[in-house]
Amino acid sequence: MEPLRLFRVIEVRNLTKHFGPIVAVQDISFEVKSGEIFAFLGPNGAGKTTTIKMLTTLLAPTTGKITVGGFDPTKQPHEVRKRFGIVFQDPSLDTELTAFENLDIHGVLYKVPKQVRIQRTEYLLRKFELWDRRKSYVKEFSGGMRRRLEIARCLLHTPNIIFLDEPTIGLDPQTRNQLWTQVKRLNEEEGVTVFLTTHYMEEAERVADRIGIIDHGKVVVQGSARQLIQQTSSQTLEEAFLSFTGSAIRHEESTSLDRMRNAAKLFRR
Amino acid sequence: MSCIYVLWLRQLKRYTRSRSRMFASLGQPILYLLAFGFGFGPIFQKAGQGNYIQFIAPGIIGMTVLFNSIFSGIELIWDRQFGFLKETLVAPVSRLLIMFGRTLGGATVALIQGAIMFLVCLGAGFRPLNIHALPAAIAFMALIAIMFTALGTAIASMLSDFHGFQLVMNFLVMPIFFLSGAIYPLASTSKTLEWIARIDPLSYGIDGLRGTLIGVAHFNLGFDLAVLLVLASVLLGLGGYLFSKICL
Repeated sequence: MEPLRLFRVIEVRNLTKHFGPIVAVQDISFEVKSGEIFAFLGPNGAGKTTTIKMLTTLLAPTTGKITVGGFDPTKQPHEVRKRFGIVFQDPSLDTELTAFENLDIHGVLYKVPKQVRIQRTEYLLRKFELWDRRKSYVKEFSGGMRRRLEIARCLLHTPNIIFLDEPTIGLDPQTRNQLWTQVKRLNEEEGVTVFLTTHYMEEAERVADRIGIIDHGKVVVQGSARQLIQQTSSQTLEEAFLSFTGSAIRHEESTSLDRMRNAAKLFRR
Repeated sequence: MSCIYVLWLRQLKRYTRSRSRMFASLGQPILYLLAFGFGFGPIFQKAGQGNYIQFIAPGIIGMTVLFNSIFSGIELIWDRQFGFLKETLVAPVSRLLIMFGRTLGGATVALIQGAIMFLVCLGAGFRPLNIHALPAAIAFMALIAIMFTALGTAIASMLSDFHGFQLVMNFLVMPIFFLSGAIYPLASTSKTLEWIARIDPLSYGIDGLRGTLIGVAHFNLGFDLAVLLVLASVLLGLGGYLFSKICL
Protein backbone atom coordinates (compact mmCIF):
# COMPACT_ATOMS: atom_id res chain seq x y z
CA MET A 1 0.00 0.00 0.00
CA GLU A 2 2.79 2.42 0.89
CA PRO A 3 4.18 3.25 -2.58
CA LEU A 4 0.67 3.98 -3.78
CA ARG A 5 0.33 6.72 -1.21
CA LEU A 6 2.88 8.76 -3.10
CA PHE A 7 0.62 8.92 -6.11
CA ARG A 8 -1.39 12.12 -6.30
CA VAL A 9 -5.04 11.38 -7.07
CA ILE A 10 -6.02 15.02 -7.22
CA GLU A 11 -3.77 17.84 -8.31
CA VAL A 12 -5.04 21.39 -8.43
CA ARG A 13 -2.78 24.17 -9.72
CA ASN A 14 -3.71 27.86 -9.62
CA LEU A 15 -7.39 27.12 -10.06
CA THR A 16 -9.69 30.12 -10.50
CA LYS A 17 -13.40 30.35 -11.18
CA HIS A 18 -15.34 33.51 -11.94
CA PHE A 19 -19.11 33.82 -12.24
CA GLY A 20 -19.35 37.14 -14.05
CA PRO A 21 -17.86 39.71 -11.67
CA ILE A 22 -17.94 37.31 -8.71
CA VAL A 23 -14.76 35.38 -7.94
CA ALA A 24 -15.85 32.08 -6.39
CA VAL A 25 -12.45 30.41 -6.31
CA GLN A 26 -9.22 32.38 -6.52
CA ASP A 27 -5.91 30.85 -7.49
CA ILE A 28 -6.05 27.78 -5.28
CA SER A 29 -3.55 24.92 -5.35
CA PHE A 30 -3.58 21.67 -3.43
CA GLU A 31 -3.13 17.97 -3.87
CA VAL A 32 -4.62 14.82 -2.42
CA LYS A 33 -2.57 11.65 -2.22
CA SER A 34 -3.84 8.20 -2.97
CA GLY A 35 -5.50 6.51 0.01
CA GLU A 36 -5.72 9.72 1.96
CA ILE A 37 -8.80 11.16 3.69
CA PHE A 38 -8.77 14.86 2.87
CA ALA A 39 -11.20 17.26 4.52
CA PHE A 40 -11.98 20.45 2.67
CA LEU A 41 -13.38 22.88 5.20
CA GLY A 42 -14.70 26.39 4.96
CA PRO A 43 -17.62 28.64 5.88
CA ASN A 44 -20.70 28.81 3.67
CA GLY A 45 -19.98 30.37 0.31
CA ALA A 46 -16.21 29.89 0.68
CA GLY A 47 -15.97 28.00 -2.63
CA LYS A 48 -16.10 24.37 -1.50
CA THR A 49 -18.95 23.23 -3.68
CA THR A 50 -17.69 25.21 -6.66
CA THR A 51 -14.33 23.46 -6.31
CA ILE A 52 -16.00 20.05 -6.06
CA LYS A 53 -18.05 20.82 -9.15
CA MET A 54 -14.88 21.61 -11.08
CA LEU A 55 -13.14 18.47 -9.83
CA THR A 56 -16.13 16.34 -10.80
CA THR A 57 -16.55 17.64 -14.39
CA LEU A 58 -19.75 19.59 -13.66
CA LEU A 59 -18.17 23.01 -14.09
CA ALA A 60 -15.32 24.28 -16.24
CA PRO A 61 -12.60 26.32 -14.50
CA THR A 62 -11.91 29.89 -15.66
CA THR A 63 -8.16 29.31 -15.41
CA GLY A 64 -5.83 26.80 -13.78
CA LYS A 65 -5.18 23.12 -14.08
CA ILE A 66 -6.85 20.10 -12.53
CA THR A 67 -6.05 16.41 -12.75
CA VAL A 68 -8.20 13.77 -11.14
CA GLY A 69 -6.96 10.19 -11.34
CA GLY A 70 -4.39 11.37 -13.88
CA PHE A 71 -6.90 12.96 -16.26
CA ASP A 72 -8.06 16.50 -16.95
CA PRO A 73 -11.80 16.88 -16.21
CA THR A 74 -12.25 19.43 -18.99
CA LYS A 75 -10.52 17.31 -21.65
CA GLN A 76 -11.43 13.76 -20.71
CA PRO A 77 -14.55 14.01 -18.55
CA HIS A 78 -15.57 10.37 -19.02
CA GLU A 79 -12.15 9.08 -17.92
CA VAL A 80 -12.42 11.22 -14.80
CA ARG A 81 -16.05 10.20 -14.17
CA LYS A 82 -15.16 6.49 -14.22
CA ARG A 83 -12.63 7.09 -11.47
CA PHE A 84 -14.65 8.96 -8.88
CA GLY A 85 -17.84 8.40 -6.91
CA ILE A 86 -19.78 11.27 -5.40
CA VAL A 87 -22.32 11.89 -2.68
CA PHE A 88 -23.80 15.31 -3.34
CA GLN A 89 -24.78 17.78 -0.69
CA ASP A 90 -28.44 17.13 -1.42
CA PRO A 91 -29.92 13.72 -2.13
CA SER A 92 -29.70 12.16 -5.57
CA LEU A 93 -31.54 8.87 -5.17
CA ASP A 94 -34.67 7.86 -7.04
CA THR A 95 -37.04 7.45 -4.12
CA GLU A 96 -39.64 5.62 -6.22
CA LEU A 97 -37.20 2.78 -6.77
CA THR A 98 -35.86 0.22 -4.31
CA ALA A 99 -32.40 0.37 -2.75
CA PHE A 100 -31.27 -2.47 -4.99
CA GLU A 101 -32.63 -0.84 -8.14
CA ASN A 102 -30.84 2.41 -7.37
CA LEU A 103 -27.53 0.57 -7.16
CA ASP A 104 -28.30 -1.50 -10.22
CA ILE A 105 -28.97 1.56 -12.42
CA HIS A 106 -25.70 3.05 -11.19
CA GLY A 107 -23.86 -0.17 -12.09
CA VAL A 108 -25.30 -0.16 -15.60
CA LEU A 109 -24.51 3.52 -16.15
CA TYR A 110 -20.92 2.88 -15.07
CA LYS A 111 -20.73 -0.28 -17.21
CA VAL A 112 -19.92 -2.59 -14.32
CA PRO A 113 -20.18 -6.19 -15.68
CA LYS A 114 -23.37 -7.88 -14.50
CA GLN A 115 -21.68 -10.54 -12.34
CA VAL A 116 -19.48 -7.99 -10.58
CA ARG A 117 -22.45 -5.67 -10.21
CA ILE A 118 -24.49 -8.27 -8.38
CA GLN A 119 -21.62 -9.33 -6.11
CA ARG A 120 -20.52 -5.83 -5.27
CA THR A 121 -24.07 -4.61 -4.67
CA GLU A 122 -24.55 -7.36 -2.09
CA TYR A 123 -21.14 -6.68 -0.52
CA LEU A 124 -21.77 -2.95 -0.19
CA LEU A 125 -25.36 -3.23 0.98
CA ARG A 126 -24.23 -5.66 3.69
CA LYS A 127 -21.36 -3.37 4.62
CA PHE A 128 -23.72 -0.44 5.09
CA GLU A 129 -26.32 -2.61 6.83
CA LEU A 130 -28.96 -2.17 4.17
CA TRP A 131 -29.06 -5.66 2.67
CA ASP A 132 -32.23 -6.61 4.56
CA ARG A 133 -33.94 -3.53 3.16
CA ARG A 134 -32.75 -3.93 -0.42
CA LYS A 135 -36.28 -4.49 -1.74
CA SER A 136 -37.76 -1.50 0.08
CA TYR A 137 -38.50 1.72 -1.72
CA VAL A 138 -36.08 4.48 -0.87
CA LYS A 139 -39.02 6.76 -0.01
CA GLU A 140 -39.51 4.58 3.08
CA PHE A 141 -35.90 5.15 4.22
CA SER A 142 -34.75 7.51 6.98
CA GLY A 143 -32.23 10.27 6.25
CA GLY A 144 -29.36 8.19 7.61
CA MET A 145 -30.29 5.13 5.55
CA ARG A 146 -30.48 7.25 2.41
CA ARG A 147 -27.04 8.66 3.08
CA ARG A 148 -25.58 5.19 3.62
CA LEU A 149 -27.22 4.01 0.44
CA GLU A 150 -25.71 6.92 -1.48
CA ILE A 151 -22.26 6.13 -0.15
CA ALA A 152 -22.69 2.45 -1.03
CA ARG A 153 -23.82 3.49 -4.51
CA CYS A 154 -20.88 5.80 -5.14
CA LEU A 155 -18.49 2.93 -4.32
CA LEU A 156 -20.19 0.42 -6.62
CA HIS A 157 -17.92 1.00 -9.62
CA THR A 158 -14.81 0.77 -7.38
CA PRO A 159 -13.68 4.36 -7.87
CA ASN A 160 -10.19 5.54 -6.84
CA ILE A 161 -11.67 8.50 -5.08
CA ILE A 162 -14.98 9.44 -3.51
CA PHE A 163 -16.27 12.96 -2.92
CA LEU A 164 -18.54 13.36 0.09
CA ASP A 165 -20.05 16.84 0.13
CA GLU A 166 -21.49 17.41 3.62
CA PRO A 167 -22.74 13.84 3.85
CA THR A 168 -23.77 14.11 7.52
CA ILE A 169 -25.94 17.21 7.25
CA GLY A 170 -29.21 16.76 9.13
CA LEU A 171 -28.23 13.42 10.70
CA ASP A 172 -28.24 12.61 14.41
CA PRO A 173 -24.91 12.02 16.23
CA GLN A 174 -25.36 8.22 16.30
CA THR A 175 -25.89 8.04 12.56
CA ARG A 176 -23.02 10.42 11.87
CA ASN A 177 -20.72 8.38 14.02
CA GLN A 178 -21.68 5.13 12.35
CA LEU A 179 -21.37 6.67 8.90
CA TRP A 180 -17.82 7.86 9.47
CA THR A 181 -16.83 4.54 11.00
CA GLN A 182 -18.00 2.81 7.83
CA VAL A 183 -16.27 5.32 5.57
CA LYS A 184 -13.02 4.99 7.48
CA ARG A 185 -13.17 1.21 7.32
CA LEU A 186 -13.71 1.28 3.57
CA ASN A 187 -10.85 3.70 3.18
CA GLU A 188 -8.60 1.27 5.05
CA GLU A 189 -9.85 -1.90 3.37
CA GLU A 190 -10.15 -0.71 -0.24
CA GLY A 191 -7.61 2.10 -0.15
CA VAL A 192 -10.16 4.48 -1.65
CA THR A 193 -9.21 8.14 -1.37
CA VAL A 194 -11.82 10.28 0.37
CA PHE A 195 -12.39 13.98 -0.31
CA LEU A 196 -14.94 15.32 2.13
CA THR A 197 -16.52 18.55 3.24
CA THR A 198 -18.37 19.06 6.50
CA HIS A 199 -19.34 21.78 8.94
CA TYR A 200 -18.78 19.47 11.91
CA MET A 201 -15.16 20.12 12.90
CA GLU A 202 -14.98 17.16 15.28
CA GLU A 203 -15.79 14.85 12.34
CA ALA A 204 -12.94 16.26 10.28
CA GLU A 205 -10.63 16.07 13.28
CA ARG A 206 -11.55 12.45 13.78
CA VAL A 207 -11.40 11.02 10.26
CA ALA A 208 -9.23 13.27 8.11
CA ASP A 209 -5.51 12.63 7.52
CA ARG A 210 -5.15 16.10 6.12
CA ILE A 211 -7.28 19.23 6.13
CA GLY A 212 -7.46 22.19 3.79
CA ILE A 213 -9.29 25.32 4.89
CA ILE A 214 -10.77 27.54 2.19
CA ASP A 215 -12.17 31.00 2.78
CA HIS A 216 -13.25 33.75 0.38
CA GLY A 217 -12.20 31.51 -2.52
CA LYS A 218 -8.63 31.01 -1.26
CA VAL A 219 -6.95 28.11 0.49
CA VAL A 220 -5.89 29.60 3.81
CA VAL A 221 -3.97 26.70 5.27
CA GLN A 222 -3.33 22.97 4.80
CA GLY A 223 -2.11 20.32 7.20
CA SER A 224 -3.14 17.65 9.66
CA ALA A 225 -5.65 18.50 12.38
CA ARG A 226 -2.83 18.41 14.91
CA GLN A 227 -0.69 20.83 12.88
CA LEU A 228 -3.55 23.30 12.49
CA ILE A 229 -4.34 23.15 16.19
CA GLN A 230 -0.68 23.65 17.15
CA GLN A 231 -0.20 26.45 14.65
CA THR A 232 -2.99 28.48 16.27
CA SER A 233 -2.32 27.24 19.83
CA SER A 234 -5.93 26.10 20.07
CA GLN A 235 -7.52 23.26 21.96
CA THR A 236 -9.75 21.95 19.20
CA LEU A 237 -9.97 22.05 15.44
CA GLU A 238 -13.07 24.20 15.76
CA GLU A 239 -11.09 26.88 17.55
CA ALA A 240 -8.32 26.62 14.99
CA PHE A 241 -10.89 26.88 12.19
CA LEU A 242 -12.38 30.03 13.72
CA SER A 243 -9.00 31.64 14.15
CA PHE A 244 -8.20 30.98 10.47
CA THR A 245 -11.54 32.11 9.10
CA GLY A 246 -12.75 34.66 11.66
CA SER A 247 -16.12 34.61 13.33
CA ALA A 248 -18.13 36.81 10.97
CA ILE A 249 -21.24 35.08 9.64
CA ARG A 250 -21.34 34.51 5.88
CA HIS A 251 -24.24 35.20 3.61
CA GLU A 252 -24.80 32.95 0.71
CA GLU A 253 -27.11 33.97 -2.05
CA SER A 254 -29.83 31.46 -2.64
CA THR A 255 -31.25 30.56 -6.00
CA SER A 256 -34.75 29.26 -6.47
CA LEU A 257 -33.22 25.79 -6.71
CA ASP A 258 -31.58 26.18 -3.28
CA ARG A 259 -34.83 27.35 -1.77
CA MET A 260 -36.61 24.35 -3.22
CA ARG A 261 -33.90 22.05 -1.85
CA ASN A 262 -34.22 23.59 1.57
CA ALA A 263 -37.96 23.06 1.45
CA ALA A 264 -37.31 19.47 0.39
CA LYS A 265 -34.88 19.02 3.28
CA LEU A 266 -37.45 20.24 5.79
CA PHE A 267 -39.98 17.96 4.20
CA ARG A 268 -37.77 14.89 4.61
CA ARG A 269 -37.34 15.18 8.35
CA MET B 1 -27.37 0.71 -25.39
CA SER B 2 -27.75 -0.84 -21.93
CA CYS B 3 -27.88 2.62 -20.42
CA ILE B 4 -30.76 3.63 -22.71
CA TYR B 5 -32.52 0.42 -21.67
CA VAL B 6 -32.00 0.94 -17.94
CA LEU B 7 -33.31 4.53 -18.07
CA TRP B 8 -36.25 3.41 -20.20
CA LEU B 9 -37.03 0.71 -17.66
CA ARG B 10 -36.83 3.23 -14.84
CA GLN B 11 -39.55 5.39 -16.42
CA LEU B 12 -41.74 2.32 -16.83
CA LYS B 13 -41.24 1.20 -13.25
CA ARG B 14 -42.11 4.63 -11.96
CA TYR B 15 -45.26 4.56 -14.09
CA THR B 16 -46.50 1.13 -13.07
CA ARG B 17 -45.87 1.93 -9.40
CA SER B 18 -47.89 5.10 -9.42
CA ARG B 19 -51.46 3.98 -10.04
CA SER B 20 -52.90 7.30 -9.00
CA ARG B 21 -51.02 9.06 -11.76
CA MET B 22 -52.18 6.46 -14.24
CA PHE B 23 -55.85 7.19 -13.46
CA ALA B 24 -55.44 10.92 -12.92
CA SER B 25 -54.02 11.44 -16.38
CA LEU B 26 -56.88 9.48 -17.96
CA GLY B 27 -59.53 11.49 -16.14
CA GLN B 28 -59.37 14.57 -18.31
CA PRO B 29 -59.52 12.78 -21.68
CA ILE B 30 -62.41 10.64 -20.44
CA LEU B 31 -64.27 13.78 -19.40
CA TYR B 32 -63.72 15.27 -22.86
CA LEU B 33 -64.85 12.05 -24.50
CA LEU B 34 -68.08 11.98 -22.50
CA ALA B 35 -68.89 15.69 -22.46
CA PHE B 36 -68.00 16.42 -26.08
CA GLY B 37 -68.75 12.99 -27.51
CA PHE B 38 -72.21 12.63 -26.04
CA GLY B 39 -72.93 16.33 -25.57
CA PHE B 40 -72.28 17.43 -29.13
CA GLY B 41 -73.00 14.04 -30.72
CA PRO B 42 -76.65 14.75 -31.69
CA ILE B 43 -75.83 18.20 -33.13
CA PHE B 44 -72.92 16.77 -35.12
CA GLN B 45 -75.28 14.13 -36.50
CA LYS B 46 -77.96 16.72 -37.37
CA ALA B 47 -75.35 18.75 -39.20
CA GLY B 48 -74.87 15.73 -41.42
CA GLN B 49 -71.34 14.91 -40.22
CA GLY B 50 -72.12 11.37 -39.00
CA ASN B 51 -71.26 9.75 -35.68
CA TYR B 52 -69.34 12.17 -33.43
CA ILE B 53 -67.92 9.45 -31.14
CA GLN B 54 -66.32 7.90 -34.23
CA PHE B 55 -64.89 11.28 -35.14
CA ILE B 56 -63.69 12.42 -31.73
CA ALA B 57 -62.20 9.12 -30.45
CA PRO B 58 -58.93 9.42 -32.43
CA GLY B 59 -58.72 13.04 -31.24
CA ILE B 60 -59.13 12.01 -27.61
CA ILE B 61 -56.56 9.22 -27.99
CA GLY B 62 -54.16 11.78 -29.47
CA MET B 63 -54.91 14.12 -26.58
CA THR B 64 -54.11 11.41 -24.05
CA VAL B 65 -50.78 10.73 -25.73
CA LEU B 66 -50.03 14.48 -25.97
CA PHE B 67 -50.71 15.20 -22.28
CA ASN B 68 -48.84 12.18 -21.02
CA SER B 69 -45.80 12.78 -23.19
CA ILE B 70 -45.50 16.42 -22.20
CA PHE B 71 -45.79 15.36 -18.55
CA SER B 72 -43.16 12.66 -18.96
CA GLY B 73 -40.79 15.19 -20.48
CA ILE B 74 -41.52 17.80 -17.83
CA GLU B 75 -40.85 15.16 -15.16
CA LEU B 76 -37.22 16.08 -15.73
CA ILE B 77 -37.79 19.13 -13.50
CA TRP B 78 -38.79 16.72 -10.77
CA ASP B 79 -35.58 14.74 -11.19
CA ARG B 80 -33.63 17.93 -11.17
CA GLN B 81 -35.11 19.13 -7.90
CA PHE B 82 -35.17 15.83 -6.13
CA GLY B 83 -31.71 15.00 -7.27
CA PHE B 84 -31.65 11.92 -9.48
CA LEU B 85 -30.62 14.01 -12.50
CA LYS B 86 -27.22 14.72 -10.90
CA GLU B 87 -26.60 11.00 -10.55
CA THR B 88 -27.03 10.55 -14.31
CA LEU B 89 -25.08 13.69 -15.25
CA VAL B 90 -21.84 12.63 -13.51
CA ALA B 91 -21.99 9.11 -14.96
CA PRO B 92 -19.48 8.31 -17.72
CA VAL B 93 -22.25 8.22 -20.32
CA SER B 94 -22.99 10.70 -23.08
CA ARG B 95 -25.85 13.02 -22.19
CA LEU B 96 -27.47 12.31 -25.53
CA LEU B 97 -27.91 8.64 -24.59
CA ILE B 98 -29.36 9.64 -21.22
CA MET B 99 -31.83 11.93 -22.94
CA PHE B 100 -32.80 9.21 -25.44
CA GLY B 101 -33.35 6.68 -22.65
CA ARG B 102 -35.57 9.05 -20.71
CA THR B 103 -37.47 10.15 -23.79
CA LEU B 104 -38.12 6.61 -25.01
CA GLY B 105 -39.28 5.65 -21.52
CA GLY B 106 -41.60 8.63 -21.27
CA ALA B 107 -42.91 8.03 -24.78
CA THR B 108 -43.61 4.38 -23.97
CA VAL B 109 -45.61 5.42 -20.92
CA ALA B 110 -47.61 7.88 -23.04
CA LEU B 111 -48.19 5.19 -25.64
CA ILE B 112 -49.54 2.79 -23.01
CA GLN B 113 -51.85 5.50 -21.69
CA GLY B 114 -53.03 6.10 -25.28
CA ALA B 115 -53.71 2.38 -25.70
CA ILE B 116 -55.75 2.35 -22.49
CA MET B 117 -57.72 5.32 -23.81
CA PHE B 118 -58.31 3.41 -27.03
CA LEU B 119 -59.97 0.66 -24.97
CA VAL B 120 -62.04 3.24 -23.09
CA CYS B 121 -63.20 4.63 -26.45
CA LEU B 122 -64.21 1.13 -27.54
CA GLY B 123 -66.31 0.98 -24.38
CA ALA B 124 -67.95 4.29 -25.31
CA GLY B 125 -69.04 2.85 -28.65
CA PHE B 126 -66.09 3.67 -30.88
CA ARG B 127 -65.57 1.14 -33.67
CA PRO B 128 -62.39 1.29 -35.77
CA LEU B 129 -63.03 0.74 -39.45
CA ASN B 130 -60.36 -1.81 -40.08
CA ILE B 131 -58.59 -3.84 -37.44
CA HIS B 132 -55.60 -4.41 -39.77
CA ALA B 133 -54.83 -0.70 -39.67
CA LEU B 134 -54.24 -0.89 -35.93
CA PRO B 135 -50.43 -1.28 -36.16
CA ALA B 136 -50.32 1.84 -38.33
CA ALA B 137 -52.40 3.70 -35.74
CA ILE B 138 -50.00 2.59 -33.02
CA ALA B 139 -47.10 3.87 -35.10
CA PHE B 140 -48.80 7.28 -35.31
CA MET B 141 -49.37 7.25 -31.54
CA ALA B 142 -45.70 6.38 -30.99
CA LEU B 143 -44.62 9.30 -33.19
CA ILE B 144 -46.87 11.73 -31.30
CA ALA B 145 -45.43 10.34 -28.06
CA ILE B 146 -41.78 10.71 -29.06
CA MET B 147 -42.34 14.15 -30.54
CA PHE B 148 -43.97 15.61 -27.44
CA THR B 149 -41.82 13.82 -24.86
CA ALA B 150 -38.82 15.34 -26.61
CA LEU B 151 -40.55 18.73 -26.58
CA GLY B 152 -41.33 18.36 -22.86
CA THR B 153 -37.69 17.44 -22.18
CA ALA B 154 -36.50 20.42 -24.21
CA ILE B 155 -38.73 22.78 -22.22
CA ALA B 156 -37.84 21.18 -18.88
CA SER B 157 -34.14 21.54 -19.67
CA MET B 158 -34.64 25.30 -19.66
CA LEU B 159 -36.76 25.48 -16.50
CA SER B 160 -35.21 25.12 -13.07
CA ASP B 161 -38.43 24.91 -11.08
CA PHE B 162 -42.15 24.34 -11.43
CA HIS B 163 -43.13 28.00 -11.75
CA GLY B 164 -43.07 27.89 -15.52
CA PHE B 165 -45.15 24.76 -15.68
CA GLN B 166 -48.58 26.41 -15.64
CA LEU B 167 -47.39 28.68 -18.41
CA VAL B 168 -46.47 25.68 -20.52
CA MET B 169 -49.87 24.09 -19.92
CA ASN B 170 -51.91 27.20 -20.72
CA PHE B 171 -49.93 28.62 -23.59
CA LEU B 172 -48.58 25.51 -25.23
CA VAL B 173 -50.32 22.25 -24.42
CA MET B 174 -53.93 23.46 -24.42
CA PRO B 175 -53.58 25.42 -27.70
CA ILE B 176 -51.81 22.47 -29.31
CA PHE B 177 -54.75 20.29 -28.37
CA PHE B 178 -57.63 22.65 -29.17
CA LEU B 179 -56.24 23.92 -32.47
CA SER B 180 -55.29 20.50 -33.83
CA GLY B 181 -58.67 19.50 -35.18
CA ALA B 182 -58.93 16.85 -32.47
CA ILE B 183 -62.50 17.84 -31.66
CA TYR B 184 -63.78 19.46 -34.88
CA PRO B 185 -63.38 18.64 -38.57
CA LEU B 186 -60.80 20.91 -40.19
CA ALA B 187 -62.64 20.70 -43.51
CA SER B 188 -65.62 22.65 -42.19
CA THR B 189 -63.84 25.30 -40.06
CA SER B 190 -62.77 28.75 -41.20
CA LYS B 191 -59.72 29.14 -43.41
CA THR B 192 -57.86 30.78 -40.51
CA LEU B 193 -58.36 27.87 -38.12
CA GLU B 194 -57.44 25.46 -40.85
CA TRP B 195 -54.18 27.32 -41.44
CA ILE B 196 -53.41 27.46 -37.75
CA ALA B 197 -53.97 23.71 -37.61
CA ARG B 198 -51.37 23.33 -40.33
CA ILE B 199 -48.65 24.73 -38.06
CA ASP B 200 -49.80 22.62 -35.10
CA PRO B 201 -47.71 19.42 -34.98
CA LEU B 202 -50.48 17.48 -33.27
CA SER B 203 -52.81 18.02 -36.28
CA TYR B 204 -50.75 15.59 -38.34
CA GLY B 205 -50.78 13.02 -35.54
CA ILE B 206 -54.56 13.25 -35.10
CA ASP B 207 -55.04 13.18 -38.85
CA GLY B 208 -52.89 10.07 -39.09
CA LEU B 209 -54.89 8.40 -36.32
CA ARG B 210 -58.18 9.33 -37.97
CA GLY B 211 -56.95 8.15 -41.34
CA THR B 212 -55.90 4.77 -40.00
CA LEU B 213 -58.75 4.25 -37.53
CA ILE B 214 -61.81 5.60 -39.36
CA GLY B 215 -60.49 6.07 -42.87
CA VAL B 216 -61.00 9.84 -42.96
CA ALA B 217 -57.93 12.04 -43.38
CA HIS B 218 -57.90 15.80 -43.94
CA PHE B 219 -54.32 15.81 -45.19
CA ASN B 220 -52.72 12.75 -46.66
CA LEU B 221 -51.49 9.79 -44.57
CA GLY B 222 -48.07 9.75 -46.25
CA PHE B 223 -47.74 13.50 -45.72
CA ASP B 224 -48.78 13.14 -42.06
CA LEU B 225 -46.16 10.45 -41.57
CA ALA B 226 -43.44 12.50 -43.25
CA VAL B 227 -44.21 15.63 -41.20
CA LEU B 228 -44.24 13.65 -37.94
CA LEU B 229 -40.98 11.88 -38.72
CA VAL B 230 -39.25 15.16 -39.48
CA LEU B 231 -40.69 16.93 -36.42
CA ALA B 232 -39.90 14.03 -34.09
CA SER B 233 -36.27 14.01 -35.27
CA VAL B 234 -35.94 17.78 -34.99
CA LEU B 235 -37.41 17.83 -31.48
CA LEU B 236 -35.26 14.89 -30.37
CA GLY B 237 -32.23 16.78 -31.62
CA LEU B 238 -33.33 20.00 -29.92
CA GLY B 239 -34.18 18.20 -26.67
CA GLY B 240 -30.85 16.37 -26.74
CA TYR B 241 -29.00 19.62 -27.34
CA LEU B 242 -30.74 21.53 -24.54
CA PHE B 243 -30.40 18.56 -22.19
CA SER B 244 -26.68 18.40 -22.81
CA LYS B 245 -26.43 22.10 -21.92
CA ILE B 246 -28.02 21.68 -18.46
CA CYS B 247 -25.90 23.22 -15.74
CA LEU B 248 -26.43 22.07 -12.20
